[in-house]
Amino acid sequence: MNAVRNRRQLADNIVQLEVEAPRIARRRKPGQFVIVRVRDGGERIPLTIADADASVGTITLVVQVVGKTTGLLAELDVGEAIADVAGPLGRPTHIENVGTVAAVAGGIGVAPLFPIAQALKEAGNRVLGVLGARSASLVVWEDRLRSVSDRFIVTTDDGSYGRPGRVTEALSDLLMEEKVGQVVAIGPPIMMKAVAELTRPLGIPTLVSLNPIMVDGTGMCGGCRGLVGGQNRFVCVDGPEFDGHQVDFDNMMARLSAYREYEAVSLQAAAAHRFGEEGCRLAEEARRAREQ
Amino acid sequence: MPENSERPEELLRRADELTPKERMAIPRQPMPERPAEERRRDQSEVPLGFDELHAVIEACRCLECKSKPCVQGCPVGVDIPAFIRLIRQGDFEGAIAKIRECNCLPAVTGRVCPQEEQCQLHCTLAKARKDPEQAVSIGRLERFVADWERGRERPTPETKPSPTGKRVAIVGSGPAGLSAAGDLVRMGHEVTVFEAFHKFGGVLVYGIPEFRLPKEIVDDEVGRLVELGVRFEANVVVGQTVTIDELLEEEGFDAVFLGTGAGLPLFLGVPGEELIGVYSANEYLTRANLMRAYEFPKVDTPIVRAGRVAVVGGGNVAMDAARTALRLGAQEVTLVYRRSRTEMPARAEEIHHAEEEGVQFLLLANPVAILGDETGRVRALRCVRMELGEPDASGRRRPVAVPGSEFDLPAELVIVAIGNGPNPLATSTTPDLKTDSRGRIVVDPATGKTSKRGVFAGGDVVLGAATVILAMGEGRKAARAIDRFLATGEW
Ligand SMILES: Cc1cc2nc3c(=O)[nH]c(=O)nc-3n(C[C@H](O)[C@H](O)[C@H](O)COP(=O)(O)OP(=O)(O)OC[C@H]3O[C@@H](n4cnc5c(N)ncnc54)[C@H](O)[C@@H]3O)c2cc1C
Ligand SMILES: Cc1cc2nc3c(=O)[nH]c(=O)nc-3n(C[C@H](O)[C@H](O)[C@H](O)COP(=O)(O)OP(=O)(O)OC[C@H]3O[C@@H](n4cnc5c(N)ncnc54)[C@H](O)[C@@H]3O)c2cc1C
Ligand code: SF4
Ligand code: SF4
Ligand code: FES
Repeated sequence: MNAVRNRRQLADNIVQLEVEAPRIARRRKPGQFVIVRVRDGGERIPLTIADADASVGTITLVVQVVGKTTGLLAELDVGEAIADVAGPLGRPTHIENVGTVAAVAGGIGVAPLFPIAQALKEAGNRVLGVLGARSASLVVWEDRLRSVSDRFIVTTDDGSYGRPGRVTEALSDLLMEEKVGQVVAIGPPIMMKAVAELTRPLGIPTLVSLNPIMVDGTGMCGGCRGLVGGQNRFVCVDGPEFDGHQVDFDNMMARLSAYREYEAVSLQAAAAHRFGEEGCRLAEEARRAREQ
Repeated sequence: MPENSERPEELLRRADELTPKERMAIPRQPMPERPAEERRRDQSEVPLGFDELHAVIEACRCLECKSKPCVQGCPVGVDIPAFIRLIRQGDFEGAIAKIRECNCLPAVTGRVCPQEEQCQLHCTLAKARKDPEQAVSIGRLERFVADWERGRERPTPETKPSPTGKRVAIVGSGPAGLSAAGDLVRMGHEVTVFEAFHKFGGVLVYGIPEFRLPKEIVDDEVGRLVELGVRFEANVVVGQTVTIDELLEEEGFDAVFLGTGAGLPLFLGVPGEELIGVYSANEYLTRANLMRAYEFPKVDTPIVRAGRVAVVGGGNVAMDAARTALRLGAQEVTLVYRRSRTEMPARAEEIHHAEEEGVQFLLLANPVAILGDETGRVRALRCVRMELGEPDASGRRRPVAVPGSEFDLPAELVIVAIGNGPNPLATSTTPDLKTDSRGRIVVDPATGKTSKRGVFAGGDVVLGAATVILAMGEGRKAARAIDRFLATGEW
């Protein structure tokens, strides 16, 4: 059991949890993740280790509610516990000094991106931070990313905060102005794909972090496999970071939808159980998922 | 009773006086099974086990051969005639104690050992009657006493040995790790088992389905070890959460045993394996067993349910996947195997059960591609017909493709069960641990010693995908060597 030591609501459907996990806190490196199972009967889901404090033995998770398990996590109070937390998993990010790096986050992609940007900064890079979200209310960890950036831009799709438009537009401008040696982009697959398409013709190495559906996270099931350079790679042990120019994003996005109808059923069951058929956000989410 | 007209009670009264001829005349006792129609849609166990009467009659069949040929066939050397004799005498407590001298998971091995290739293969009775089916049902008797034991109050805990002050870390809680842990704790060492998953038992909990091995049995055996003083830590991925070097140097362990198994799934390497609806057997079985997806949405882990399922492979894993698919509601389950039936590596009983439940076998066929629809989901498995050619290195005739014989097998779910390699997570972070070209840890076969001082290994991670009983044997062998190492410090 891993107790929740601290909880903060960052946005409407995004929470930050500090969770006891002393072994993991000691060892984790930027780019790594954990697999959590909230309770008995729960699903195993991967979450990035966004930060850690080895001295008190906690790790920080930033969770966006998209379904049943993330919903359950978001409802945990301080003092309650997560049944299982395993990690750190995946390969740490390869950090080197390439001169100037653009660190681009989409939505809560900022959580996995922040420790990487921080490490890149510590390695002596000039860091250009770009943080994009759909809308002002979904901008999280702006201060953190800004704190490790030499230049920093925040964008919103609807223009409600910062520069209007998508992160790719901001990034495109930056790439014209500065000589960038590497781009690191983490966010929804569609955003990472767009970034990779932008940098491909410019020949700028682009690291992305894939988020396929996982079970064990230890290379045992192959469920997390994705096509990279035409080869099947296991994201949990070979990744999660890959060369964005080699990744088949369309296949990855298709695979993410593998359980859509089941996920809707799961949410519906949870919602009906707790609140009756109507009147709660879970039920709404379920309806939305079914319609998709 | 066709061959021996004596009534069972009569037979039992004279159990001790039966002549070998009379023993041989007793027919093999049937083990009741749930009918295929009833069981093919649920997770409850298929064979129901002997009752006392049938067990004792079956025990009467054993000739108590002086040379004990059956024992030669048992990888851990269970004293078979001795325990069977105790069953015959009605001393079930004595019988289970006898088995436990060599075998710490009797309720498991009695169910899943390939007995027809091991102990029962060598049985004199089978040879005398020129019919392997007529061997004494050693496995079923083993299961009987193990289940009898489980049904009772657990006997007072064994007396604790005096502590040696030495600490051993066991990595992996499969049969190899559990048996090493059991032996070492009885020798007085302090034992901690580290497991990557949230549940203990290795393949016994994530791979072998409930209907073949109720998980309760595994939990029970783990509980027994806890009572003996073994510590269990879940969610520790050795190599990631903590390295082997750290266990030895920082966490104060005097020796490490690696029983990390063969959990790395092999894929076919054909086009289309990335489609939705293609699973490795590991993933399919892990979702179904470890995560209990058959109870979805009562539990949270989903599993793709499909009407037509193709399973590629011919071993135990393929049979388990195929039978699981039936239980998850599939209408048609086809097992695609590239050789003929005689070469199938699965246990005879599992092939038989699968067939009874309606799994269809497509033999001498090999997948060449997986075809998808416009949404990226599987719609068919493209196969080619095979012929058996010259024998290969393994002595089995090598299948060769018949040119131009491609055909499509419609399926919405494809499960690949063509084998597993050793899981590299623990070894890849320990450079001084020698592995062979197939990723197996290289050990001294007599002791399980690896190339790294203080580190031992055994089970599937050394043998490649093998069997439960072999893994247990390896765990016990390593435990003896670890004990010696801890006592002498000699490597
Ligand atoms: C390496 C890695 C790091 C991640 N880090 C974070 C993080 O820091 N914070 C965060 O909020 N999310 C993170 N995710 C995504 C997170 O795992 C999923 O959002 C979560 O599993 C959804 O579960 P659910 O039951 O709430 O939703 P569901 O109802 O199960 O699914 C909703 C949608 O989420 C996606 N999804 C479902 N299951 C998984 C799964 N096992 N893995 C990935 N995606 C899935 C699917 O697209 C699905 O349609 C990460 C994923 C990976 C692979
Ligand atoms: C579906 C299936 C059906 C089978 N049916 C039969 C049968 O009928 N009869 C039979 O005799 N055999 C059968 N087998 C084979 C048998 O189960 C294995 O040979 C046996 O379980 C091997 O035991 P093990 O202890 O070596 O490894 P495993 O049982 O594989 O256990 C290894 C354990 O180590 C853990 N682990 C791995 N890496 C790490 C790490 N880095 N840190 C911590 N923990 C780790 C794993 O999570 C796992 O729990 C079957 C196998 C499968 C997959
Ligand atoms: S452990 Fe297996 S091989 Fe040995 S006697 Fe029991 S069933 Fe037979
Ligand atoms: S070989 Fe068969 S008959 Fe002989 S002792 Fe063993 S089990 Fe009994
Ligand atoms: S999650 Fe199972 S292999 Fe990656």
